[in-house]
Amino acid sequence: MHHTLVALVEDKPGALNRVASLFRRRAFNIESLAVGRTSEPGISRMTIIIDSDQASAERVTAYLYKLVNVIHIEDLGAVPAVSRELVLAKVRPSVDSRAAFESLTAEAGCTRVDAGEETVTLEIAGSPEHVASVLERLEPFGIVAISRTGQVAMRRGDTAMTAAQFV
Amino acid sequence: MPNTRTGAQIIWECLVREGVSTVFGYPGGAILPAYDAMLDYPVRHVLVRHEQGAAHMADAYARASGRVGVAMATSGPGATNLVTGIATAQMDSSPVVCITGQVPSKLIGYDAFQETDITGITLPITKHSYLVTRVEDIMPAMKEAFHLATSGRPGPVLVDITKDAQQAMIDWAWNSSPVRMPGYRPKLEVTSAEREKALTLIRAAERPVILAGQGVLQSGAMHELRVFAERTNTPVAMTLLGLGGFPASHELNLGMMGMHGEAWVNHAIQEADLLLAFGMRFDDRVTGNLATYARNAKKIHVEIDPSEINKNVKVDAAIQADLREALREMLDALPPIDHGPWLNYIGEMQGGNAVRDIRNLPDNGHLYAAHAINDIWRMTKGDAVICTDVGQHQMWEAQYFHHETARSLITSGGLGTMGFGLPAAIGAKIARPEAEVWAIVGDGGLQMTQAELTTAAQEGLKVNVAVINNGYLGMVRQWQEFFYERRYAATPLRTPDLVKLAEAHGLTGLRVERRQDVEPTVARARADEGTVLIDFRVEQEDSVYPMVPAGGDLHAMIRRPDPAPSPLVETAADLT
Repeated sequence: MHHTLVALVEDKPGALNRVASLFRRRAFNIESLAVGRTSEPGISRMTIIIDSDQASAERVTAYLYKLVNVIHIEDLGAVPAVSRELVLAKVRPSVDSRAAFESLTAEAGCTRVDAGEETVTLEIAGSPEHVASVLERLEPFGIVAISRTGQVAMRRGDTAMTAAQFV
Repeated sequence: MPNTRTGAQIIWECLVREGVSTVFGYPGGAILPAYDAMLDYPVRHVLVRHEQGAAHMADAYARASGRVGVAMATSGPGATNLVTGIATAQMDSSPVVCITGQVPSKLIGYDAFQETDITGITLPITKHSYLVTRVEDIMPAMKEAFHLATSGRPGPVLVDITKDAQQAMIDWAWNSSPVRMPGYRPKLEVTSAEREKALTLIRAAERPVILAGQGVLQSGAMHELRVFAERTNTPVAMTLLGLGGFPASHELNLGMMGMHGEAWVNHAIQEADLLLAFGMRFDDRVTGNLATYARNAKKIHVEIDPSEINKNVKVDAAIQADLREALREMLDALPPIDHGPWLNYIGEMQGGNAVRDIRNLPDNGHLYAAHAINDIWRMTKGDAVICTDVGQHQMWEAQYFHHETARSLITSGGLGTMGFGLPAAIGAKIARPEAEVWAIVGDGGLQMTQAELTTAAQEGLKVNVAVINNGYLGMVRQWQEFFYERRYAATPLRTPDLVKLAEAHGLTGLRVERRQDVEPTVARARADEGTVLIDFRVEQEDSVYPMVPAGGDLHAMIRRPDPAPSPLVETAADLT
């Protein structure tokens, strides 16, 4: 089962290492990890996706809380939430398949961000399901490389875990 | 400029203001500025012979006194030598601050001489750590380190300070405002929902047992525990680190639980209908097989560290708070409760076992570890601080030395660190100079840190060192006897002449080979003004009973064979 943990973390040297080390020590595989600044200086927001049972996710949450640099954690699996990911995909469609390729990218709403002599680099953004679906359909055209940001997630509705409330 | 300080001076300004009077350490290149500045501050420095000793001494200093223990070392090997001691303090939640020198900040990452990434190495074995590269960051790091080490669930904190930060100079003033860390807000108060849930279970219980851990000592809840036990007529079992938290002579005391706990203690836990876990963490040495552990018992867990709740054992009610506060709040709402039938039942179980009355047993001419330990207990009237190593002697100490008061047993429980006992005794003696301090160690563990004998000599300390010398790495030998068909791989152990060893350090060495010589020799050691080492040549292949094999059911203990090869009987309450 996938769990989406969102953590507010002090932006200090070693903080990311502490979080990552915790997952390593407990032998949890991180499927995706996205880190970025919040609107509050000194506080970063991490979105961590793990594949584990409920009990293990609760353990990890408890251990994360124990880290001095971790300010707050929320399991977005427990509340309505939206999550998004952005992928850059370099694809090498054959001359024969160009038409089908163009039609797919148009229909899927991919943005062409670069083109070489043989390859096209696409930007695919959206829900995890959308991204997975597009990547699957691009596969037959020959994917050369992909780069993913990892998912970022947020509660639906008017409430949010904000950094400001912990300043 | 009177308010100008170097980073090195700021370290000591902070230490002195945090109440530190003793530092255990070893100098070296990257920490030299701090050592130079030390001479101008009112702090005692204890020069160890290996940095592991410094960490253990600081740890034991903390455990004996409740104050923070401080260890200091240089970069590279000095810092890595601390690692075993830091891990020991982490596993046993001991408030230790380790200060290490680091190579100059410009050289970090360049594999400079004696450079090592000690904050990286110690990441999983510290409560928190700091790499300080700027002089202005020294005071905040030191203040936070002391706050973290002592608050919530205590633990070791490492502050690694580059040499250039120690040498740099700034305008400086002590900031007396309290430390504020947004990610560190230990919950100490009991909520009414937590309290009511626990009280409901307590009122409904017919066969309750209290499981008292080190949290009792750390929150200073000895009095509250006693009142709670007496008012609710609930028997008290203790973890190894909890010993001393409840008086051994109290009629509600059961003794130590777990792998080498007395049979009736483990049976009482298995048959209980309510376990009250007070400041303990359901370690595997305490529970045995979790699938069969106290299956009919509801569980209440009072614990300051939320990550311990529901970790090993799922509980029915949890109070995440300071234990003393939680006990006080529960006591406010608890009338006297009688558990006569349950106490009578446990008493019958207890009475069915022989008593560990060593004095009145037939003398077969052999000396057993139990004789030495029990005599030390009797002769000191239990009024001593005992520091043990790890292994058979440690378990015999728990069985044959009856602890009445808090902080009278200092032992490496979680990590099980051999070599802990001797440096621990030095740290404990410095923390409590008025106390009688004994190191009770094995011949294996002594040899791991025996160089600290000369630290005791240099410091002019009076500790007594009882070496339970059986010529084996005894606990490993016992496992080989029980589980590996007596194939004694690498456990027979040669030891130097310990009397001569003591004498070579300028100390007194004594040897005991017969049971009747234990008392006079212990008396002689106690009367001597200097450190005395006693080499107790004990029965070589004795084992600790009862024993729950690792991962086994708590109620399925290996018992001492009958008729026993030794005159020792198995169980205990030689309290008359």
